[in-house]
Amino acid sequence: MAKYIARRLLIAIPLLLLISIIVFLLMRAAPYDAIDAMTTPKMSEETIAAIKAQYGYDQPVWVQYFAWLGGLLQGNFGYSIVTKSSIAEQLAVRIPNTILLVLPSYLVAYVTAIVLGLVAGSHRGSRLDHVIDGIASVLIAVPSFWLAMLLIFVFGYLLRALPIVGMQTVGDGSFVDVLRHYILPFVTLTIAFLPDNLRYVRSSTITQITQDYVMVQEAFGAKRAEIMFRHVCRNVLGPVLTRLGMALPMLVTGAIITETIFSWPGVGPYFMTAIKGMDYPIVMAILILSSTLVIIGNLLADVLNALADPRIRQGGAR
Amino acid sequence: MAATAPTAAPAADARRRPARRHTRAQAAWSAFRHDKVAIVSLALLAIVVVACLIAPLLPLSPNATDVAHRLAAPSAQHIFGTDQLGRDYFARVLYGGRVSLLVGVLAMLTSLVIGIIVGTVAGLLGGIVDAILMRIVDVLSSVPWLVLVTVVSIFLKPGLTSIILVIGLFSWMEIARLVRTETQTIKERDFVQYAQLCGVSPARVIIRHIIPAALPTIITASTTSLASAIMTESSLSFLGVGVQQPMSSWGSMLQDAQQYMQNDIYMAIIPGLLIVIVIFAFNKLGNIMRVFADPQVMSGERE
Amino acid sequence: MADTQQAPAGDLLRVRNLRTTFHAHRSLVKAVRGVDLTVREGDFLAVVGESGSGKSVTMKSVMGLMPDNADVEADELTFCGRDMLAMSDEERRRMRGGEIAMIFQDPMTSLDPLRTIGKHLREVLKRHRGLTGAAADTEAVRVLGQVGIPSPEQRLSQYPHEFSGGMRQRVLIAMALCCQPKLLIADEPTTALDVTIQAQILDLLRRLRDEAGMSVVLISHDLGVVANVCNRVAVMYGGVIMETGTVDDIFLRPRHPYTRALLGAVPNPADRRHGRLVSIPGSAPSLVDPPDGCPFADRCTYTCDRCRQAMPAFIAYEGEQTARCVFTADELDRMDRTRRPAEDAASHDAKGDAR
Repeated sequence: MAKYIARRLLIAIPLLLLISIIVFLLMRAAPYDAIDAMTTPKMSEETIAAIKAQYGYDQPVWVQYFAWLGGLLQGNFGYSIVTKSSIAEQLAVRIPNTILLVLPSYLVAYVTAIVLGLVAGSHRGSRLDHVIDGIASVLIAVPSFWLAMLLIFVFGYLLRALPIVGMQTVGDGSFVDVLRHYILPFVTLTIAFLPDNLRYVRSSTITQITQDYVMVQEAFGAKRAEIMFRHVCRNVLGPVLTRLGMALPMLVTGAIITETIFSWPGVGPYFMTAIKGMDYPIVMAILILSSTLVIIGNLLADVLNALADPRIRQGGAR
Repeated sequence: MAATAPTAAPAADARRRPARRHTRAQAAWSAFRHDKVAIVSLALLAIVVVACLIAPLLPLSPNATDVAHRLAAPSAQHIFGTDQLGRDYFARVLYGGRVSLLVGVLAMLTSLVIGIIVGTVAGLLGGIVDAILMRIVDVLSSVPWLVLVTVVSIFLKPGLTSIILVIGLFSWMEIARLVRTETQTIKERDFVQYAQLCGVSPARVIIRHIIPAALPTIITASTTSLASAIMTESSLSFLGVGVQQPMSSWGSMLQDAQQYMQNDIYMAIIPGLLIVIVIFAFNKLGNIMRVFADPQVMSGERE
Repeated sequence: MADTQQAPAGDLLRVRNLRTTFHAHRSLVKAVRGVDLTVREGDFLAVVGESGSGKSVTMKSVMGLMPDNADVEADELTFCGRDMLAMSDEERRRMRGGEIAMIFQDPMTSLDPLRTIGKHLREVLKRHRGLTGAAADTEAVRVLGQVGIPSPEQRLSQYPHEFSGGMRQRVLIAMALCCQPKLLIADEPTTALDVTIQAQILDLLRRLRDEAGMSVVLISHDLGVVANVCNRVAVMYGGVIMETGTVDDIFLRPRHPYTRALLGAVPNPADRRHGRLVSIPGSAPSLVDPPDGCPFADRCTYTCDRCRQAMPAFIAYEGEQTARCVFTADELDRMDRTRRPAEDAASHDAKGDAR
């Protein structure tokens, strides 16, 4: 098992380095960079050269890369071209807001998906299954931004029941106020996360239930509930657990659309503003952050998978 | 006795094989016929697609403004109402649909091409090439698509081509996975092994043998891929990084509708509903195609 | 076997007029259409037929393992004299494994991949014999040894993927033995295995029949598998039984044209690799709308009008051999002689006329 994890780690590290190189090159290739932001056409060659030297732009590319990478490792993500503010400081404020939104809604969607998926899958073809699967296939076709718009219209404009913008009312930071702001984006995200997971659980339940071992267990007198809980559930939940690891990057970038619509002060609006303002350092910082989370998430998924399944555990140790 | 005793089983199977293609289509057709939701949604899809296609032939102008009737609710004159500039919303919805569908189809084709190439190469060559390609697929499919797509769009000139390319470039992973699995199965079959033995080039093996055999899977995957391309385009356009003015798609119409939503909710409902219908119908179509690709789905042996 | 007057003493399982129908897509699939079977103590009965002949569905219906969309009806279904039709679902469940156990075709997928072999065995030992802890472990090891698994102590903590196909089938048989059933139904237990392993498993089944005193029903599509291990054979086709008899009756004196065709068809060694043999021209009848008459009529070389009018009744021969055909075996032999006087009258080649 330790060997297996070590092997996965050995794959993950070069992959991370590769990604950092790609991101760095992308940043260099961008049609507009930090130097352009700091200089004006009127400046003399010497001034520009001095500015370049100050920020290390006169060094060879690989030196710049390692300087940048070293900075990243120390948590220095660089500065915004537009506002000149520290990206790391901004992210430190925004990521917790995003996590506050994404984590609970993903978990609620995840647990609901598991329960509904198991119920639907184990009663395949029944009325209940048709209803659950029908809801999932409709929800999968609903763009989350449109859902958010409808919610805003109904609860914000029509009923005037809930606030539709931001995380709190100015001058009122009370828990109830935040909670009221929280409801609509939370519901939107939960519904957005639900159908994919639900269909996944349902179809793996169906796959498991049609496996021979289920009939064998039945032939040996196991009760339906015993088969469901001891065998089917465990076999379904392994891969489902893996999805949880894969969902790790969601903590940063899982709510870009929803956050933008509700002006939730998370990573989403920050990222969208940066994209529209061609603020590359921010975009690249978020890109490298989320790719890192992808790699870590994959690693986590592999480990979870190995914990759940002896075939992978032992296959990897050999 | 044991050596010469006959095997009773497959006499029937051998006979039935030539008719297999036929029964596949029948299975798909019967799956469709018994599914009322599928019939309704595909009928709606057909109406929407046809209306969008023939829009230029209709007496509609999406850009003519009628200043006297700005933000007019649906009426006999303007069945979907008018927008903030007094343009006929019905015409705009149809023309927006043309853009959405066009981007969807072309992006799907792009991802199909990449997916088929990567999938067949990985499946056929195996080994280290396969491992590397599949790892790339894993990583790409778990990086949040919105981040990837927007990052790349920085480097491309804004425009329809860029959107199509960007969506296509980041949505081929699922197709590649499916095609790879299919290729691995097919390459074990005698005729492919024989062709390889005879020194037929891999490219020819792929085109002549593997793609035709994997076609049902590819068709199925492409319907689903079309649905997700349309979804991606509308999300991007809604966020303002997709289709740009003066062109509009359903997604960008929704972006505009945001400001007028409080009083003119029809502007938000109509394009959104069309997106839902189109995506739902294409997904449904994909499900039916899956029965065609793998008739066992129907008989309940597999999901 | 179809003989209802038989003395019930020593009868383990009696099935009379079993009918199983699937509801699928507004059509009815009549998979089993009136099957009579008797399994006596110490029997090794083979149920033989092509795929789709209803042999597997018959035994699963007896077990009560049919899905919800299947209707199972019978005039009589008794095990050890107890009426299974009158039992509650709960009683039926307790019987499964405990008194009748069943193992299946594919040993690779028959075990839960996430549970050790020990867990599989302990689970049934607890359920059916109330054994737990060390007692269960001791018994599990004993049974694994009995089915020929080397170093069973170590094997207990291993997972199914660490076993070969043949070994997994042994594990399944061990699971069955743990329950000490009176009857073991083996549904094509060797189909997925290599030929040498096949022989070992069949040998094991026969040995266990002798040692553990349980009766065995072996479902197979392969007459060759059956010949060496069984004492009685039932040949199924199109959801009904065509012929029954002792193994000698069936192989030396087949009375039914279908059985004769099965035995007469000469396998082509080149095709054997794929397991495909075009042995009898034509295909099995559709079970969606099965013909009223003999299901084999379309492929039979002796077909006459009577065959299609109604299902032929069984004709009883000496011993307990019965065959469901409008013609007696003597009539069939006579037809053979008049049609092909040049050929050896004793050979039954059903292929001839259809070509």
